[in-house]
Amino acid sequence: MKRPRREGERPRRGGAIALWVVLALMLVWAVLHLRDIGGMFAAFGEYLQYKFIRRALAVGALVSLCASLLGVTLVLKRYSMIGDGLSHVGFGALTIAMSLGFVTAESLPEFLPTGLRGGIAALCGGIAENPLPFTLVVVVLCAFLLLRVSERSRMRGDSAIALISTSALATGVIVTSMTSGMNVDVYNYMFGSILAMSASDVWLSAILSVVVLTLFVLFYPRIFAVTFDEPFARATGVKAGGYNLLIALLTALTVVVGMRMMGTLLISSLIIFPALSSMRVFSRFRSVTLCAAIISVTCFLVGMMLSCVFSLPTGAGIVAVNLVVFIVFSAIGAVKG
Amino acid sequence: MALIAMKDVTIAFEGTVAVDHVSFEVNPGDYLVVVGENGSGKSTLMRAMLGLVKPRSGRIAYGDGLAKNRIGYLPQQTAAQRDFPASVEEVVLSGCVNRMGRRFFFNRADRAKAERNMRLLDVERFRKRSYRTLSGGQQQRALLARALCATDAMLLLDEPVTGLDPAAAAEFYDVIRDLNRRHGVAVVMVSHDLGGAMRDAGKVLVMNRGMDFFGDIADYRGRFAEGTVSARG
Repeated sequence: MKRPRREGERPRRGGAIALWVVLALMLVWAVLHLRDIGGMFAAFGEYLQYKFIRRALAVGALVSLCASLLGVTLVLKRYSMIGDGLSHVGFGALTIAMSLGFVTAESLPEFLPTGLRGGIAALCGGIAENPLPFTLVVVVLCAFLLLRVSERSRMRGDSAIALISTSALATGVIVTSMTSGMNVDVYNYMFGSILAMSASDVWLSAILSVVVLTLFVLFYPRIFAVTFDEPFARATGVKAGGYNLLIALLTALTVVVGMRMMGTLLISSLIIFPALSSMRVFSRFRSVTLCAAIISVTCFLVGMMLSCVFSLPTGAGIVAVNLVVFIVFSAIGAVKG
Repeated sequence: MALIAMKDVTIAFEGTVAVDHVSFEVNPGDYLVVVGENGSGKSTLMRAMLGLVKPRSGRIAYGDGLAKNRIGYLPQQTAAQRDFPASVEEVVLSGCVNRMGRRFFFNRADRAKAERNMRLLDVERFRKRSYRTLSGGQQQRALLARALCATDAMLLLDEPVTGLDPAAAAEFYDVIRDLNRRHGVAVVMVSHDLGGAMRDAGKVLVMNRGMDFFGDIADYRGRFAEGTVSARG
């Protein structure tokens, strides 16, 4: 065989040098502002006394990890907006679950037997009390639906997502205004708050995150194959449809779990940002995935700290940190060429 | 016994017939080129052979140790793939996924197989390089190595030289001939590039919804003398 052409090959050391320069600049800045930074850590340390902050930190780190791992696949499969769409569906489901709290045995139609009315009212009350499981079921079903629609119908995937997500958001807003009105709870659902997480939410979130992580690691080779080249995977006997469903399921779980912390409007950033940042600099699937995971968890912790110290909404703080990282990584990528 | 036997296969989408009563066989060691104009059903035919579309009538039989998931496939590249962050090694190894069965991770045999195919197609020295930094011809070789991980018996190539410059295309055909003659891999190639594709082919299938021609390359040349002879160069 002939010698291969060497076009497209670039010096590999550029990236490393650029990364070190940026790190050095950051270090200089940090040394100059040592006192401020120390103060911030001290302030954050005080928050750490509270059990709910520690719990939120643990769960948030797990959720960020899940979101970033899935994010690499979703971005590469051109499914970035699925996270966004599902979070809106989640919002609609949450508001409906909350509004079920207004259902009483007396408000149900007369023709139903009294016992049944009592049962329904109790069920509704239970859902309103603990809305997360209900939301989870709705979002998972919607994820399957979205996938089916974008695979089978003539409607393009992105239009289908826009359709479903705005409908769900509208439903949520209507239900809210008809029942409780805009209150702090609704605000928290939209923009995220770690205070919104109850102890049972925290446990459910932790368990789901571990499930997502385990499945992702176990199916990593197959997920790569289906992401890189679905027709090839199908042709060689890999059940690509099943793995698409798995990816959608994992995304749905991550979105619901992360929604309370990040808010409906911002959860998709947790999925997209780390993957995009990481892809600016790295060019192998495994390094992209690992780097995305590191970026995601780091940005979450820094964002949490900023949000505690400066009392910012948690989700917005984390997104802001992610944006900064994205800009830095883009610059490194540009220097690397 | 044939690797794939198509028996009176008809495929239709939404009322239009794309492939009309087609019958032919691919035997071990064959080198078959499928030609035809746009819309003649050649890509649909290939997708049917891969089990990606179901025929409306007729039968597709796999034989001679060729299971449906043992066909190596070289699809047309998509835009998304051209800048996919993956190393050549990762891409080639992903061809072994269909051999994993109930395992979750690649084992030593999978890695050895990927290794062998990377060496065979001369992409071993790019193993750590990113797929997207390779030239078009190198990318095709990496994808061929992946396809060989999925099969030993048969390769299906879908317009493999699209986007390659003439030198890279000629080099690619050399690789295919080598795989076919020296390693006994049956090759089925769908192509627009009549001259190049037929240079080494043993059999030709001309699609025009139905079969216009199926047979040895010599018969084909005898019947459609002009054009192909000059393209042979």
